[in-house]
This record gives sequence, structure tokens and C-alpha cells, in this order.
Amino acid sequence: MTLADLAAAPGPASELVLAEEAATPVERARLLEGLRGRLREMRASIDRGLVSDAKSRTGMVGWNAKTLWNAEDALRAPLLQRVQAYAMAVNEENARMGRIVAAPTAGSAGTLPGALLGVADHLGLDEDRLLGPLALAGGIGQVISQSMFIAGSTGGCQAEIGSSAAMAAAAVTEAMGGDAAASVHAAAMALMNTIGLVCDPVGGYVEVPCVSRNAFYSVHAVASAQLALAGVTSPIPPDEVVLAMASVGRLLPPELRETGEGGIADTPTGRRIALEMAR
Amino acid sequence: MSLLDVIGPVMVGPSSSHTAGACRLALLARHALGAEPRRARFTLHGSFAKTARGHGTDLALVAGTLGAFPDDPLIPRALEEAAARGLDVDFATADLGDVHPNSVRAVLEGDDERVAVTGSSLGGGLVRVFEVDGFRIDFSGSHPTLLLRHLDTPGVIARVARVIADDDVNIATLVSARRKRGGDAMMSIEIDRPLTKPARDYLQHLRYVTWLRELPEVMQGPDAAPGDVDGTPAAAGAAS
Ligand code: SF4
Repeated sequence: MTLADLAAAPGPASELVLAEEAATPVERARLLEGLRGRLREMRASIDRGLVSDAKSRTGMVGWNAKTLWNAEDALRAPLLQRVQAYAMAVNEENARMGRIVAAPTAGSAGTLPGALLGVADHLGLDEDRLLGPLALAGGIGQVISQSMFIAGSTGGCQAEIGSSAAMAAAAVTEAMGGDAAASVHAAAMALMNTIGLVCDPVGGYVEVPCVSRNAFYSVHAVASAQLALAGVTSPIPPDEVVLAMASVGRLLPPELRETGEGGIADTPTGRRIALEMAR
Repeated sequence: MSLLDVIGPVMVGPSSSHTAGACRLALLARHALGAEPRRARFTLHGSFAKTARGHGTDLALVAGTLGAFPDDPLIPRALEEAAARGLDVDFATADLGDVHPNSVRAVLEGDDERVAVTGSSLGGGLVRVFEVDGFRIDFSGSHPTLLLRHLDTPGVIARVARVIADDDVNIATLVSARRKRGGDAMMSIEIDRPLTKPARDYLQHLRYVTWLRELPEVMQGPDAAPGDVDGTPAAAGAAS
């Protein structure tokens, strides 16, 4: 399966993903139930994260989702507030060793539920309408994983949060009624504008910048869906965008691949925190 | 990579490669030992060595050694649990050579057994074991897996494959490694479903088979049963 195949699907792109994965009606029903289970686990992690202010292992994060959720909506942008709060809720649960759904990884677990459930709740879409989009998100991740390992330690954060943003962009586009081409182009545009993102967690903890980064890239995914739904497309074919990301991943030095030795991790304060935590 | 591996696993944080993958590698090592582990020594390589504590890799390795899957709320308190169950644990770091940056060697000892399992966490919770007791085999934990230690004599592979076929089980992958011709060898065989007990017993008793383990599939685990939402509360609080 390629992104070109997905974009050319006659109906919603998720139908092709489901058909590839489930050969019989029984398998399909099982798969959809599996996806429903994942969606509910995502929901549960959001619900827990929005009300908790328990600190993470290092104390760097843990209260941001709740703070945003309870804050006055200064910009009168309830969708923005909801999407960001949901995304951080999941990643703060993750950082305090709570139970989450990796999508595709734990560090990037907030982006997809933030964008998809954030938009769904904002507009009142029900759960049944989200199963296809969730399958499509998985299909986009499958295609990316054919070109590179989806891990910050091999491809940088573009491989983790870049992938999650592309998956989320496609999912939101399909949930809003976008056709197969629009959904895949939403993914491609999200990816194209994440290329180069390095993995630089302070002290090696999946907390800073990871928690706020999920908030930002869930919004990035929604923004990409908005462009795609309006008919904006990626001039570079989506499969070529994936290859470009994979090649940038290979060019990244080890310091920028989850070793906690570059970028934000390598600031004076980042290094101090790492030292304090190592004690 | 299956769809529910991409949208999943359901797991205790904070890192699919450093926590969930590490847990699965240790779980595979536990099954390769085939007995209750008394001592576990983990040698961490690359990114595992640099960021193990931050990602809870240490906790996940110990939890897996205790039999936990990646979604087990036991993970954050794995060290206390190990102490309570009489499991000695010990961590070291080393350069394991030209291997994936997230690699670990787990040496587990039971009362009478010992096994050394080396593998990598590839991202998203996927794993690959590439060495057992010094033999270069290869399996992923996504199938039930037979590990067979045997004498390197002609026809062994055909004979073993035949027993598996007669049990009506498909072989997904088979990797065989030997130290020297005619010496000690090992096979890893990924199969589509577990062997029946008679077939396993039969293999075990083949003259040239000296050691046999059947490892379960560890990718699905208790978490991925379709529609499974059991309302298990998140592991409470912070780990430290
Ligand atoms: S910065 Fe690294 S650890 Fe954090 S989310 Fe991105 S890839 Fe994962």
C-alpha cells in the first residue's frame, strides 16, 4: 500500500486500509471493535489527564492540561483550547506513567486523540463516525513505517510527532467528510511541515518539549485538515514527502535523536535538570 | 506492522520504545528462561544506556521479567515488586556493537537455569530478539516462537519442520545458527499458533534436541483483545 493507492481510493481512504487489514467480515468486525477499544482508551486517558495535576517523575510537567482546560478562553477559540488541552492531557498521563494508547508512539500519543477527539467533541460527532478515520490514521502510520522506523532514536521527532500529525490530519479530514485524496494530502502537508523536527527531550524524559509539542502538532494537524478540506493539496506527491522525511532522519546526528544531548536538552537549564534527576 | 500496532499498544508510559518495547523484550527473556527468575542482569546499549531512567526502561525491564505486559499497572512499582518476590536486579551499560540504538542484553537466572537474550526495541513498541545464548537467531515476539538448541546433524531442520507441519501449524520464519559445523546449534521458529502438547513433547524428546522453549506471542497481550476496555485505572501517581 502506498499513499498514492490510498489517495486514489474510490470511497473514503479508510475503506482501503480496512480491506487490506481484514479479509473477511468477521475480521473486519473484530478490527473495528479493536479500534473502538483504542478510541475509548484514548478518551479515558484524556478524562484522567484533564483533571489531574499530579507531577511527572521529574516534576517538569503534570498540570498543564488541567490549567489550560480551566483557563479563560482568552482568544475565543474553543476548538484550539480543547484540542491542545486534550493532547497535553494524554501526554501528561504518559509522563506520570499512566495508561495511554501509543499512536504511533507514547511520546506522540496526544496528537491524534487531541486533534480527532477534540474536533469530534467540538462539533458533536459520535464515536461510530470516528472508527474509519482512526483506521485511516493507522494506515498512514503503516505506510510511513515502510520507509523508516517510527522512533525518535532513529528518525528524530519528525518520525514520531511528524507521523502522529500526519495520521491525525488525515483522520480529521476524513471525519469531516473529506475524500480520499484530500485526506492523504492533509497527511502529506502535515508531514512536509514537520520535516527536520529533532528529538531533544530534557534529561531523556518524555516531558519537555514532548508535552507541549503534542499540543502544537495536534493544532498543526487540524490546520492541515482545514487546508485540505478547502482543496489545498501538496504539489509534491505524498509518497515522496515520506521519503524526504526518511532521508532527513538518516542525516540527523545522534545528538538529535533521543539521546538527550542536543537541542532543548542541551541548554544550560536542560543539562542542570538532567544532572539533578540523575542523582 | 498491523493497524492495532500503529494505533497501540495500550500501555503504561512514558515511551513505547523505551518502556513498552523494553517490557516485551524482558517478557520474552522470561519465557526463554522458562522458570521463575531469581537474578536479572541488564546490559543497556546506546540510547537505552543514556536515557534508561528517564523513560522508565529500568522499571519496564524488571516488570517484563516479572511477567508483566506493557499495560500492566505494576510497571511503575516494579522495583518494589521485584524485591518482594525475591528477584535480584542489576543494571550495567556497555557498547554491544553495531546494533540498533535501543538494545539490551538480559541475562536471567533461575534456580537451575540461565539464559542470555539480546534484542532491540525498534519503535512503537515493536521488538526484535537477535541473539540467545550467543547464537544469532531472529524473532519478533509477534508470533508464538520455538527456540530449539540442538546438535548440528544432517536433517534436523527437515525433521523439526515436519513435526510442526504434522501438527498442522504454519511456520512464519525459521532462522538457524551454529557455532561450528557439527557442533551446537540453535533455531528460532516463529509459528502461526502454539504447538499442541504432544507435538512439543515429541520435539523435546528428539535425540539431537538438547533444549526447547516455546515463547508466547507478546505483541497482543491482555490489552488488545478486541473491544477490551476493562476500566483498569491508570497506575496511580508518579513513580518516584
Ligand atoms: S522529542 Fe523525542 S521523546 Fe519527545 S516526543 Fe519527540 S521523539 Fe518523542
